[in-house]
Amino acid sequence: MTAHRTRPLRVRSVGTALGRVDGTEKVTGRATYAADHADGVPGDVLHLWLVQSTIAKGRVVEVRPEHALSHPGVVDVIDHTSAPRLVDTENGELAILQDAAVGFRGQIIALVLAETAEAAREGAALVEVSYEAAAHEAELREDNATYRPDSVNPDLETDTFQGDVDAALREADVVVEQTYRTAYEHNNPLEPHATIAWWGEVDGRATLSMFDSTQGVHGVVASLVPMLGVEPDQIRVRAPYVGGGFGSKGEPHAHVMAAALAARTTNGRPVRLAVTRQQMFSLTGYRTATISRFRLGARSDGTLTAIAHDVLEQSSVVREFAEQTASPTRMMYAAPNRRTTHRLARLDVAVPSWMRAPGEMPGMFAHEVAMDELAVACGVDPIVLRERNEPDLDPETGKPFNNRRLLDCLHRGAERFGWDARPREARTQTDGDWWVGTGVAAATYPAMKTPGNLARVRSLEGGGYAVAIGCVDIGTGARTVLTQIAADALGVEADAVDLSIADTRLPSASVAGGSSGTSSWGSAIVAAAQLFRDDHGASPDPGVETTASAEDDPAAESHAFHSFGAVFAETRVHRWTGEIRVPRLLGVYSVGRVINPVTARSQFLGGLVMGLSAGLFEESYRDSRFGHVVTQDLASYHVASHADVLDVDAEWLEEADEIFTPMGSRGVGEIGIVGTAAAVANATYHATGIRRRSIPLTPDQFLDDPGT
Amino acid sequence: MRALDYLRPESPAAAVAALVSNPNAKYLGGGTNLVDHLKLGIVSPDELVDISRLPLDDIQEYDDGGGPGLRVGANVRNSDLAAHPVVRSSFPLVARALLSGASGQIRNQATTAGNLLQRTRCVYFQDATTPCNKRVPGSGCSAREGYGRYNAILGASDACVATHPSDLAVALAALDATVVLLGPDGERRLPLAELHRLPGDLPNLDTTLGRSELITGIEIPFSPVAALSTYRKVRDRASYAFALVSVAAAVHLEHGAVRDVRIAWGGVAHKPWRAERAERALVGQQLEPDVIGAAVEEELENAASGDENAYKVTLVRNTTVHTLLQLAEGHR
Ligand SMILES: Cc1cc2nc3c(=O)[nH]c(=O)nc-3n(C[C@H](O)[C@H](O)[C@H](O)COP(=O)(O)OP(=O)(O)OC[C@H]3O[C@@H](n4cnc5c(N)ncnc54)[C@H](O)[C@@H]3O)c2cc1C
Ligand code: SF4
Repeated sequence: MTAHRTRPLRVRSVGTALGRVDGTEKVTGRATYAADHADGVPGDVLHLWLVQSTIAKGRVVEVRPEHALSHPGVVDVIDHTSAPRLVDTENGELAILQDAAVGFRGQIIALVLAETAEAAREGAALVEVSYEAAAHEAELREDNATYRPDSVNPDLETDTFQGDVDAALREADVVVEQTYRTAYEHNNPLEPHATIAWWGEVDGRATLSMFDSTQGVHGVVASLVPMLGVEPDQIRVRAPYVGGGFGSKGEPHAHVMAAALAARTTNGRPVRLAVTRQQMFSLTGYRTATISRFRLGARSDGTLTAIAHDVLEQSSVVREFAEQTASPTRMMYAAPNRRTTHRLARLDVAVPSWMRAPGEMPGMFAHEVAMDELAVACGVDPIVLRERNEPDLDPETGKPFNNRRLLDCLHRGAERFGWDARPREARTQTDGDWWVGTGVAAATYPAMKTPGNLARVRSLEGGGYAVAIGCVDIGTGARTVLTQIAADALGVEADAVDLSIADTRLPSASVAGGSSGTSSWGSAIVAAAQLFRDDHGASPDPGVETTASAEDDPAAESHAFHSFGAVFAETRVHRWTGEIRVPRLLGVYSVGRVINPVTARSQFLGGLVMGLSAGLFEESYRDSRFGHVVTQDLASYHVASHADVLDVDAEWLEEADEIFTPMGSRGVGEIGIVGTAAAVANATYHATGIRRRSIPLTPDQFLDDPGT
Repeated sequence: MRALDYLRPESPAAAVAALVSNPNAKYLGGGTNLVDHLKLGIVSPDELVDISRLPLDDIQEYDDGGGPGLRVGANVRNSDLAAHPVVRSSFPLVARALLSGASGQIRNQATTAGNLLQRTRCVYFQDATTPCNKRVPGSGCSAREGYGRYNAILGASDACVATHPSDLAVALAALDATVVLLGPDGERRLPLAELHRLPGDLPNLDTTLGRSELITGIEIPFSPVAALSTYRKVRDRASYAFALVSVAAAVHLEHGAVRDVRIAWGGVAHKPWRAERAERALVGQQLEPDVIGAAVEEELENAASGDENAYKVTLVRNTTVHTLLQLAEGHR
């Protein structure tokens, strides 16, 4: 294993629309998702069902399994008195069934094993639990978000200060001071979380095998190892196909531990757990609601002199997760005086986690609506306003941006969208009974690479190459783009590459998250392939192999790497009913080189749709009296339907960022959701003249009296 | 696993007999609502009497003593009813109401009777871990002080503030449809307006049906007013969502004045709400925004709402005014 300084890739397959290499399996239903596995699972599975607490805080006094156990097919009921012990319980989310404490409503308090899923489910309903309830707090308010975390996700500064914001605001010609809110949101990937787990023994050591629906198999091992008190090589996790995650499968959640613990008790019989959609609303992560207090100070021409963003949000007492909501505010626009802070309410609620573009999504909603308000206040076109506030250097680090093309994105989008024809004034355009308006917002996302990635290249009989890395394709097309990268790095056709992924027996790979996957894994593949060629030449003997990781370009140290984009929305608001529709949505992005235009386009469009959906529909309504989300299915938690998605398009600038990765790419997974809700909100203002600052925007917020 | 008997009766009478002999049996139509409830633990019958294969799937015109109309069998699927040429030409609001509901797949499966008897979507009703008087009488109403966006503004009680979710029922309420029932004592006819009830102290009862009564069909009288009719459903997303509010409206104008008008509202009450006071106030009037608005205000005199559903008062007013204006202009 060597670290190799990569050379820029000579692209041939990269940049072309290679069809999905696993497309046939998927459309013919042969792709095996976690719960589908039968081959490779030793013996008949036992079905696991979760029993969840119906109080938000307190203690389990007693779990009475008798009725459940007498139900036909039920094999066992496991509770905190009988569950296998964990050696480390620091991760409060995963340390289930270790004591009687209840930290949130919906927490796993018992497990039922049965011969069929139906029996397990009924058994779970028959388990009788008595509690000692304590008073709980489940509501985020401005007065209870007072806790200052040591850092915010992933390990960013909690607060930042530059200059003197208060003085600058006093002296500013124009001040925008407003509060913006985003709702609780649940990731809701199409495939609910599922795990099959079984224990065995090799050479006298216990082994745990799993098929899991996860964004990172090695991450599952890393989380479980200290808790179960085993070595990494004692756990094997595979995830050949995953039906989406949006961050909710980025780290293992409590159900994975439930499967591991339950399987420990079955003498080697595998255990299958399929989490229900309703259970996902309390067990598999979500995005916190956010309250952003924004203060912008500017000269009369719109030049910013102060930017202050104070965030209130929540986490769980069970495990801390502090969304980095103000992080984009630190680098987005120039201003000498700046301030960002994050404060949390620590609530007796389910554990929040990553959801597509944590930080950037809610933060840029607030920032970009505030910018729109500033544009109106200064009488400046929103695009011109952003031109006036373009920084020379990254305001946060003082480093030059490697490739900051926000203005190019705005200008290209403006041209395609017909921005010039837009009336300056709000509430001036109608079409029949609809108010019509347009809005724009900027998007940004940091370019990230995760260390610790290794790839292996081995020559095969017949001239092909086996390429292996343990990363997961969660439906993004990773299998396809990594095949393209490997082909170009080896200088062969894509069909000469036999790629293996998604197994912890393969070289270690980081999570499919942070839009970092392709950059991280692809760089490792390029490193291994280039080193392979350096060592073994153009015509290697079959069976020789190289494993390598990528060493960063030293030039990377001196730059700030971010992607940028511009989102344009046309919105219609019905003047009688307040209904909101978005007939046009366009995103233009600068993301480095696009490796596969088809799969990248899907990411952009998916991000735009998800941003539209957040802007207009998505809200997890937590009933704070009970402590759980009551809109816990897809009939009451609305995501955009087909009829809501009209003309949505994305394009990107032709470019290559070869300091960042040898492929020239920077990552595309998350930026599409950033800024989109703001563009929609700004367009509703332009349509109606009514400024709303909380998403989702709903018809009741735009009810007027049009009779007059 | 909960064991269930499954019966496929030979005839409607045999279906009724099955329910008479087993107090824990339930009729199964398309199953799109009932099967969900079985899974969620909202109901737990020990026998399902599958009536969906009984020959109750005709759509036929009739003309008996009470005047001509269209008879629709209980098992006619929502998709088929919406596509029927007579429904489309004579009762456009019925076709629109159906097509605004659920999804194509669900409409293919859902039956006419099952649609009318679907139960509220109140999130607490569907969450067996929370109190709900409709699910467990006497346990309390979680919605009153809880998630209130969909709560009723008319005819609610302290015990229950849920709304009825059916779009079809609202359209039929506007048309004075009749429900044909078969019970242990034979057939009877019930005005659709009397099928659903207000919650009062007994929110566990959605309807006035006897426990074993089977809906065999509905009858919709032909009427000149139905020709100019529509169904307007307002919701957050453009499709696949229950109504925030909906308006079924039909109007028959003579020389610009209202000769006959029908208004029924969905999403506002425990039953389809026929806005009779508003209708009466409009007869003989020109359809002007102020006139319609005033008529609607009369109907809303007793509306009551909390913070989260107060918008419905304005929304149902605006939607009604707009819908009637559109009809007056000849847009259906
Ligand atoms: C995601 C989703 C979205 C939906 N959106 C909408 C919407 O927007 N608008 C809307 O109106 N509906 C909507 N629906 C509801 C749908 O219309 C109903 O589920 C459907 O109409 C019920 O018909 P069914 O035949 O499947 O009834 P079933 O589920 O079979 O039965 C429903 C009830 O009626 C009883 N029953 C059935 N037939 C008879 C009979 N002949 N006599 C006496 N009792 C009988 C059953 O015992 C049961 O209690 C939605 C449903 C889902 C799942
Ligand atoms: S409104 Fe009715 S259905 Fe909803 S919780 Fe209250 S009693 Fe139950």
